[in-house]
Amino acid sequence: MNGITHYSQVWSFRSGRARLMLWGGWLALVALFAWCWQVMTRDTIWFFVADAPRQAADIGNRMVPPRWSYMAELWAPLWDTINIATLGTIGGVIMAVPVAFLAARNTTPSAHVLRPAALFIIVTSRSINSLIWALLLVAIIGPGLLAGIVAIALRSIGFVGKLLYEAIEESDARQIEAVTATGASGAQVVSYGIVPQIMPAFWGIAVFRWDINIRESTILGLVGAGGIGLKLQASLNVLAWSQVSVILLLILATVVLSEWVSARMRHAII
Amino acid sequence: MLHLERLTKTYRTGETALSEVSLDVPEGQIMGLIGPSGAGKSTLIRCINRLVEPSAGKVMLGAVDLVALGKGDLRRQRRRIGMIFQEYALVERLTVMENVLSGRLGYVPFWRSFLRRYTPADIARAYRLLDRVGLIDHADKRADALSGGQRQRVGIARALAQEPELLLVDEPTASLDPKTSRQIMRLLTEICAERNLPAIVNIHDVPLAQQFMQRIVGLRAGRVVFDGPPEALTESALTEIYGAEDWNAMRQGDGEQAEAEADAKARLEALAR
Amino acid sequence: MSGAATYPRRWRRPPQIVRDRRWRIALQIAILVYLVLAIGSVEVNWARVHDGLERGQRFAMGFLQPDFTSRWRDISQGLVESLTMTLTSTVVGVAISVPIGIGAARNLAPRGIYYLCRGIIAVSRALQEIIIAIFFVAMFGFGPLAGFLTLSFATIGFISKLLADDIEEIDEAQAEAIRAIGASWWQLVNYAVQPQVMPRLIGLSLYRLDINFRESAVIGIVGAGGIGATLNTAIDRYEYDSAGAVLLIIIVIVMVAEYGSSYLRTFLQ
Repeated sequence: MNGITHYSQVWSFRSGRARLMLWGGWLALVALFAWCWQVMTRDTIWFFVADAPRQAADIGNRMVPPRWSYMAELWAPLWDTINIATLGTIGGVIMAVPVAFLAARNTTPSAHVLRPAALFIIVTSRSINSLIWALLLVAIIGPGLLAGIVAIALRSIGFVGKLLYEAIEESDARQIEAVTATGASGAQVVSYGIVPQIMPAFWGIAVFRWDINIRESTILGLVGAGGIGLKLQASLNVLAWSQVSVILLLILATVVLSEWVSARMRHAII
Repeated sequence: MLHLERLTKTYRTGETALSEVSLDVPEGQIMGLIGPSGAGKSTLIRCINRLVEPSAGKVMLGAVDLVALGKGDLRRQRRRIGMIFQEYALVERLTVMENVLSGRLGYVPFWRSFLRRYTPADIARAYRLLDRVGLIDHADKRADALSGGQRQRVGIARALAQEPELLLVDEPTASLDPKTSRQIMRLLTEICAERNLPAIVNIHDVPLAQQFMQRIVGLRAGRVVFDGPPEALTESALTEIYGAEDWNAMRQGDGEQAEAEADAKARLEALAR
Repeated sequence: MSGAATYPRRWRRPPQIVRDRRWRIALQIAILVYLVLAIGSVEVNWARVHDGLERGQRFAMGFLQPDFTSRWRDISQGLVESLTMTLTSTVVGVAISVPIGIGAARNLAPRGIYYLCRGIIAVSRALQEIIIAIFFVAMFGFGPLAGFLTLSFATIGFISKLLADDIEEIDEAQAEAIRAIGASWWQLVNYAVQPQVMPRLIGLSLYRLDINFRESAVIGIVGAGGIGATLNTAIDRYEYDSAGAVLLIIIVIVMVAEYGSSYLRTFLQ
């Protein structure tokens, strides 16, 4: 015990250099934030902002009491909304299955051409929101349910495709090997070695996506793609806030109900 | 029946798993393949049905060289080779019956297998095999509902459903308890005897191999270093297979352990006195 | 095996999910009836669709030959708005989420505060961004400020919920150890909770940054600024080559953000 004579007086959690970098990082973030804020609010009309509380109070007053009699007009659009979500999900899943098999490393027939193509389809579909898909499709094939269904389907391809191809890649290689060893053809290896393994994942993903699609299809009407969103748009246009509140409550109830249904179904599958 | 000629496998990493293995397995013979892990046992049996592509050499099954075959012909030839796996490799979420019927995949068109519409002869055969391995009452259960020993019996029935001319068996008892291991080995040898079926069995358990095999081949670093009847497997032969250094090191390790224990005991006694 | 072939020659796969035959048939009929009704409710104007195919082709061409230049002023302004509101809303949203997340953790907050914070989270999660945006636009006028508020509000629901769940799952042994020393509530949060949830909070913030950018491309449709407004205008004017350019920019930024944030997350852990 004769060597150690001096203890450092200050104990510090990190070394000096790391602390400096940490503080520098925070400072850079604050500076970036301030600059972004400046740029963003350059054209803001502050008079409107100052007026916001009064506006909010006004809207709030107009929203209550909700005009319950309006509910009678909402059942048909609600039925349309559910159909958009369900048919869109079915269409999306049907298209996503081959894409997933092309994208999975262990099932893709060509790793250099088809796999990147499939991954590109998945990324494109995932990065474009269903509302944007609907906007495009309404412009192309006209307003209505079909545009909504196709928009939901196109958006679902990426989500379902990504989760499904990950499930395929995680499947147990030994079971696949065993089926191959019997002399099975490629299609038979897929249907006996892989499909039974991914079935629970498949249904779970499909039901989960259906739940999300119910949520998303409620607003597609804002751009003319059918469903209850059309009524929302119409009520907003005439500033009928008491109808807006009825619609929002109905959307909320639908979303909660679909969440419950999807949780029950996933529970039953797994 | 099976004739391997200078079979060689070099993996893409440059590692040589098998170098110039030549072997003959006559009809009805059960051959055990032993050796340390990494000796190439698993590679050898997978090169026979080309789950692993051999780099050079010949695999003659009867008059057919399996290495030279194209994709379609290979599939047809694979029907002649039944394979039984370590950890069973059953399709866990399918029923026992579907697993046994999957042995017929090489014989039926896709639509039959997809719709599960197998021919009456196939179904009767599957029931007979399940009866033979003692599982006829479990036909409609899902494979993941069975115990380890039962699953391996399903694996055997699946391989036999192919009506094979050769069995490849990869560590059939690796995940079973000693008693079940013996039952499974007995079942395997009985079935091979009934059908005069040759088999190559990878096995890491030397006493089990000596008990059940008619012939033992020892592999070390991808080469055959022992080939003879189980009685010929002397200590020196084992040293040859498993390596002198490892063998001695293992014993030395034991010796050291014993020494340390004796030392500790002596000191404890000294303290107590 | 001498002729005693009395084994069954037929086998049907037993049903796995619905075992009762009557229920199975009822379910199949119900699904069929639903599909017929649902597909029947879709009224398609085939003439319109046919006309649309030509427009679809033009859009596909626009996507393949995007025009970045002729609307570059609009595109760049939309992009700047989107990016700035993404960053500011994530920073503000996360900053507000931290106290709400702590308040919504059952093991740290008193009952009253717990219910209040969980209530805020529930409201924020139940309403979609686009609906919140409609309200903020009505209150604050058109422009990126409404978008900023929308995304901040949505961020609060997302981050607070996950943060609160994380805090509720922290290793109680460590918290016990700190409590046993006689630490105050602040010291407990600082020493026992913060080190355990900080890496995850940073990861979640980066993930949310990614989501906020995607959403910023959408809420412009209802007037909350950002690149969505540019896209909406381009499509309204049938300028498919400009729309294609905007979509490509969105895809590229989303990809960069996704790879960047996953890289940063692994780097920070």
